Amino acid sequence: MSDGFEIQYPGNALGNAAPAPVTPRDVPNRGGDQNPSGAALRQQFADAIERVDVVWGVTNVYVRPDRVLDIVRWLHDDSSQRYDYLSDVTAVEYRDLEAPIEVVWHLRSLPFRRELRLKAQLPKNKPLEIASVWSIYKCADWLERECFDMFGIRFIGHPDLRRILMWEQYREGFPLRKDFPLRGRFSRAEQLRQALAANPEARYSMEELSIADAFEDLPTDMRKRLKGGERTGE
Amino acid sequence: MATQKRTVEVALSTTGVDAAGRPQRVPLVTADDGSPVAVEAPPMVEPDLAGEHMLINIGPQHPATHGVLRLVLELDGETVVRCIPHIGYLHCGFEKLGEYRQYNQILPLTDREDYLNAMGNNVGCAMSAERLFGIEITERCKVLRVIACELSRIASHLVWLGTTCIDIGAFTPFLWAFQQREYIYDLIEAWVGARLTPTITRVGGLAADIPDGWMAQLGEFTRKFPHTVDEIDKMLTKNGIWVGRTIGLGVMTPEEATNWGLSGPMLRASGVAFDVRKDFPYYDYETYDFDVPVGTNGDVYDRYLVRMEELRQSVRIVEQAAKRLPDGPINVDDPRVILPNKSKATSEMESMIHHFKLVMEGPRPPLGEAYVAMESPKGEKGYYMVSDGTSKPVRWRIRPPSFVNLAAIPKMVEGHLLSDVIAINASIDIVMGEIDR
Repeated sequence: MSDGFEIQYPGNALGNAAPAPVTPRDVPNRGGDQNPSGAALRQQFADAIERVDVVWGVTNVYVRPDRVLDIVRWLHDDSSQRYDYLSDVTAVEYRDLEAPIEVVWHLRSLPFRRELRLKAQLPKNKPLEIASVWSIYKCADWLERECFDMFGIRFIGHPDLRRILMWEQYREGFPLRKDFPLRGRFSRAEQLRQALAANPEARYSMEELSIADAFEDLPTDMRKRLKGGERTGE
Repeated sequence: MATQKRTVEVALSTTGVDAAGRPQRVPLVTADDGSPVAVEAPPMVEPDLAGEHMLINIGPQHPATHGVLRLVLELDGETVVRCIPHIGYLHCGFEKLGEYRQYNQILPLTDREDYLNAMGNNVGCAMSAERLFGIEITERCKVLRVIACELSRIASHLVWLGTTCIDIGAFTPFLWAFQQREYIYDLIEAWVGARLTPTITRVGGLAADIPDGWMAQLGEFTRKFPHTVDEIDKMLTKNGIWVGRTIGLGVMTPEEATNWGLSGPMLRASGVAFDVRKDFPYYDYETYDFDVPVGTNGDVYDRYLVRMEELRQSVRIVEQAAKRLPDGPINVDDPRVILPNKSKATSEMESMIHHFKLVMEGPRPPLGEAYVAMESPKGEKGYYMVSDGTSKPVRWRIRPPSFVNLAAIPKMVEGHLLSDVIAINASIDIVMGEIDR
């Protein structure tokens, strides 16, 4: 057999004396063992940490939205933290329409077997913008795109922030926002009308069409729009 | 990109290597002399002519994309230069629907996202809701849920195995795998009545206890099933075509795999031994004796090997669980979530009011939020629930493992041949219901 990769074991930074992980029992609603990263973050970024609490056994760290990138980079790079795995990026909008939208990151440190939840609150009276962590975790690419698609949060620094689950010409808004009705904004008749009126060319984005040497076969107006820098086919 | 140097001992009907030194792709015939032949990873094809690039569209209606996935490929000759995936054709808005449903009413939605792992999803979602309520389920329920999880892991891996064989050109293992899957669906049907969408859990317990004679049926399955795994193993693992079409494809190094957020067999095939059951255990998985297979090459072949071994390990877990299954109730004794006894509800005023309020208003968890991860056949599946104290969650989020795994496909296919795209895509084990939700 060939020389493969060296196998990496989670918990390898803990040493052999560390107890084996066990199923958590009777997890309290508030309080309990706090992830040591919470205290470390307070020390490192005293001005950027708003609150640290433990909810149902997982440590929540509320951070200032403008410092997210610094904090996540430190968590990823620092040898005492090593959060090398980003489980999830998502957002929460509360039913109280005054409450800020929260962007939530679920981080995992495989070497230390820790999990941490980072939260940043975005007030609704300002544009919903936050730094992208794509430069640190490649998996943030699609997760942030989905978050943008569903909530309209713009991730600054994301290389390709397009809609992902909804199509690019979708005009009804952001489906997971609380002001978006369950049945959609448009009536069924309007949705049908739009579907039937859609341009079949729109199945390809302009970027994709520019790859093909079918470019020359495109209608003149479309070629003109392509050269003008338009991206989608609508 | 460097060609991966790697050989596997393969028994072939001929010498196995052609004049140019490339592996000859001939099917396995049980050699009488039994002399194995070494097959190397196929050499990477260099782009020869700086010609025009071609745009090729695969899907969304294509049998080899395992659902409504659409890949737009830029090709230089037969080599993939760029891959642009499009998803969302099966978007159902489950997360939005969940915000309008009580906790028990959310559970049927989980059947329908990753429909190959329906019972595992039920368990994961119920586990998240129970964390939100602060409920510790009974011992019998725990063991039954472990059996449910592992059975659906086997069923899901069997579908993966069968469809991947079809993609790569083998038909027989598909039939064997689907026949065994049928036995699992018989077991589920005997347990709760449904086959594909069983909704086996309730918050705080299970929909039903297992019927009489079910353990015997399960025992028969776990006794016979490893034989099928061995047969498929014999058909594929040393098969020249199989090895030639899977080895050295879609390689992800451990660092890349972690950074791209891969999980499950995809991550383990890349040499990262992360398994939620071992590292963040739930339902006493730490007390079961099972191994986590880890690959060292991170290619399609290693993903296949990892999943084959997981089939065997899941059978081990099911056998141990069947042995330790304790007697006792399946539901917790917690009036916040569990309906009163039916006969009491029709004869006592208090029980009737209790029943009415639970059904009409639904159970209300305290303020809080819970992210509970479990090891689904595809990888780390997380359910994130946020409660504002009402009977419906403010936010119900599924962390879809195959969504994150699929996000790495542009990286994995670039530089490979068009026909290898199919094999690499198959190795991710995608379920579009889960990706689009």
